Amino acid sequence: MTLHEIRKLLDAEVLIGEDQLGMEVNTAFVADLMSDVLAFATAGSLLITGLTNPQVVRTADVLDIAAIIMGRGKRPSQETFQLAEEVNIPILTTKYILFEIAGRLYARGIRGCIEKVGSK
Amino acid sequence: MGGNFDNAGEVSSNIKTVLKQIGLPKDVIRKAALVAYESEINIVSYARKGMIRLRVVPDSIMIEAIDEGQGIPDIEQAMQPGFSTANQKIREMGFGAGMGLCNIKSFSDVFHISSEVGKGTHLRMIIRASSAVLNS
Repeated sequence: MTLHEIRKLLDAEVLIGEDQLGMEVNTAFVADLMSDVLAFATAGSLLITGLTNPQVVRTADVLDIAAIIMGRGKRPSQETFQLAEEVNIPILTTKYILFEIAGRLYARGIRGCIEKVGSK
Repeated sequence: MGGNFDNAGEVSSNIKTVLKQIGLPKDVIRKAALVAYESEINIVSYARKGMIRLRVVPDSIMIEAIDEGQGIPDIEQAMQPGFSTANQKIREMGFGAGMGLCNIKSFSDVFHISSEVGKGTHLRMIIRASSAVLNS
């Protein structure tokens, strides 16, 4: 799916990355714990989270995450916004809860970046 | 600097940029950045001050995280997944769930930790790079 399609599907607002909406993504990882994101998320995946601090963007940058989706209507702090602009990572925000975001994306073919821990 | 969460991760971003310029393989850069980042979070979370040292030799990357701080009384316990002494502030940042050192170890090819209570902690990690790419 493209970010453009994802925006539509999730009724999301694009806060950063309007110019990157053509990007294709196939996998995603959902977590509020950045250490778990670091351990398990893979490059090119979506990061779906309810956290809004700058560490979300740092984590995404370290892992070459494609884009960040903030659920439950969460919006990035000013510092987070600036950092995301700097490192050029798209941020979308949606009012759907994380379960709904994951479910909707899954139904459209997006898969977890890993299925289970301990597997690749 | 310990306790300053505002710029936590900046050193790791710089490391990533440098390694990209050298032209290392993506997965090697990712491992190095991840290891540096978790180390940086540890320093910011638990130490008074610290430094991250990066050394790149033809077949590997060495990252050292050296801090002055409280040290770790029981390293074996600290290495257990889920063991944490993190405060609320650290947890709000999405860390402090007792995964940091485990992550650092599992993404490093060589991992060495030493610590002295009341003095500080020294981590040394080596990440191997495939020599084929480095010759280019």
